[in-house]
This record gives sequence, structure tokens and C-alpha cells, in this order.
Amino acid sequence: MRELSLHLLDIAENGVSAGAQNITITIVEDLRTDRLKLAVEDDGRGMDAAMVEQVTNPFTTTRTTRKVGLGIPLLKLAAEMCAGSLDVESTPNVGTIVNVDFQRSHIDRMPLGDVAGTMLSLLVGWPQVHWVLRYRVDDEEFVFDDAPIKAELGDALPLSDPEVIGFLRGALREGIADVTRRTRGDNLMVTEG
Amino acid sequence: MPTVKSLDDLKKIKEQATQKRDIKTASGQAQVTVAMGTCGIAAGARETMKAVLDTIETDSLQGIIVTQTGCIGLCEWEPIVQVTIGDQPKVTYGKVTPERAQQILKEHVVGGQVVKGLVVPA
Repeated sequence: MRELSLHLLDIAENGVSAGAQNITITIVEDLRTDRLKLAVEDDGRGMDAAMVEQVTNPFTTTRTTRKVGLGIPLLKLAAEMCAGSLDVESTPNVGTIVNVDFQRSHIDRMPLGDVAGTMLSLLVGWPQVHWVLRYRVDDEEFVFDDAPIKAELGDALPLSDPEVIGFLRGALREGIADVTRRTRGDNLMVTEG
Repeated sequence: MPTVKSLDDLKKIKEQATQKRDIKTASGQAQVTVAMGTCGIAAGARETMKAVLDTIETDSLQGIIVTQTGCIGLCEWEPIVQVTIGDQPKVTYGKVTPERAQQILKEHVVGGQVVKGLVVPA
């Protein structure tokens, strides 16, 4: 995977598989400390300590343990290549938090890529989950919470309605563009020079 | 497109939509499912999903349910898209690029004709 937003999508899908009703994705770009932090928090069924130990090892995964696969080991490797780390905190019947941290300016750090596309895919594809995106750059924050949107729509329109798709995409893009206006050049897919 | 998205915009969309209900899909409720396991995502499933949503938006296709699923054990065929229309059997499409997703929506979901060349062999 060539974008961190694809990894976020992958980890969030794990939360859905774990039966989560609430999933919060957090992105923090801290320019002062040169760190990029990502977190995916779910209230799914969680894992015991033994499973958490195994979760970053691709070779202990079996077909019956649907929760894990190659996704987390790949992201862990990507973080460790960038003077960073990945850790998983989980409590059975409470939920799981995956925390990933990178040196933001590291030459090997993948771009975030299309965060709006990841969120749109999750929102429309899993409407039964309550989704929150928190995107912070230093002291500024953009929070996208789908609860008021779903409350407004009620049963009148699905999230896959053409106009609603346009609304969601626009709201995400605008919010992300605003909060990242100072850092956008650092997150382009292809950087010149 | 308006530049600031607020809940008022959403309210307007809702009011307008309840006035004109032109279902353009083939007979029966259409469901489009994109497989979004690690294998699917690595093969480009998010761009496939994006193409599905873009086509729905561009062509104003109403009444389509879009969902996701995890890995369905056909990783070599990813990105996978499944289409179910009404009570017809589910059709599984493989190696669905964004262009092919658009084709499947237009020909199968709207036109009612299965895109035979893209179906995963049973």
C-alpha cells in the first residue's frame, strides 16, 4: 500500500469486523515535534493479551482469526522504517486502539494520500457504524462526526444517495483542505525536486 | 457546487429528494458490495469504491445500496464487486478497475444486463 490513508482504511475495517459500533480515526501532524500520529479506536470485541502479542506477526494468523492479517505487520514495518512505532492496546469486550507514529519529515514516510476517499468509503459502506474523523495540525483541528448527518437524513435518504455522496465528499474535502492548508505540499503523492 | 458544506445544505438535499423520486435502476432493489479486506485494499478496492460512488453521483442513480465486505477468499480476483438486483442471484465480478466498476453500474445495475466477461468463473 502506497498511502497511509489506505492503511487507515484497512485498520478501520478490522474494527468493523470486530463488531464495533463506534470507530474514531485520529490524525495528528505535529510540526513542532516533527511527528505524525495515527490512531484507530474501536469499541469492538477486543482481543486478549496473547492475541495482541500475535497481532503484529503475519505468520501466526490463521483463517479462523479474522481480526488480523498482513495489514498491521505491514504498517508496523512502515512506521519502524521512519523512526516510529506501532502499538496495539486492546481489552476484551471493550475495544481496541491501534496507535502508529512516524517521524513526519522522514524520507521514507508514505504520504497520507486520499483521507477523504478513505472516510467516504467507510461512511457509505458501513452506515451502521458511527464514524468520527479527528484531523489535527498543531493547534488546529477538523472534526467530522457523522452523527448529526445521519440524524438529519433519518430514513428519508440513504448515505448512498447521489446528492448525499456529493455532500459527504465536499464536507470531508473542505474540512481536510482547510486544516492542512499549511502542510499540504508535504503530503502530495508525488513530490518534485 | 457550493463551497461550504453545512447541515442546511443537507436539509435542502433531503427536501428536494423527497419531491422527485425517479428510480433509474433495473427492476428491484440494487445492492453493490465492494470487498474491502487487506487483499482488496492492496489491489485498489478503494479506487473501485470511489468509481462506484462517482458514477452514482454523476449519473444521479437513486435507490442503490452500497455496502462493503471483508475478504471473501478470492484474493487473486481482487478488487471484487458483487451485484444483487431484486431477488436475482448475486453476481461476483473480479479484477474490477474503476473503469470496469463504471461499466458494471451502467450495464448491469442500470441496464439489467450482466457483464459476462467480468464475472469470476465459478
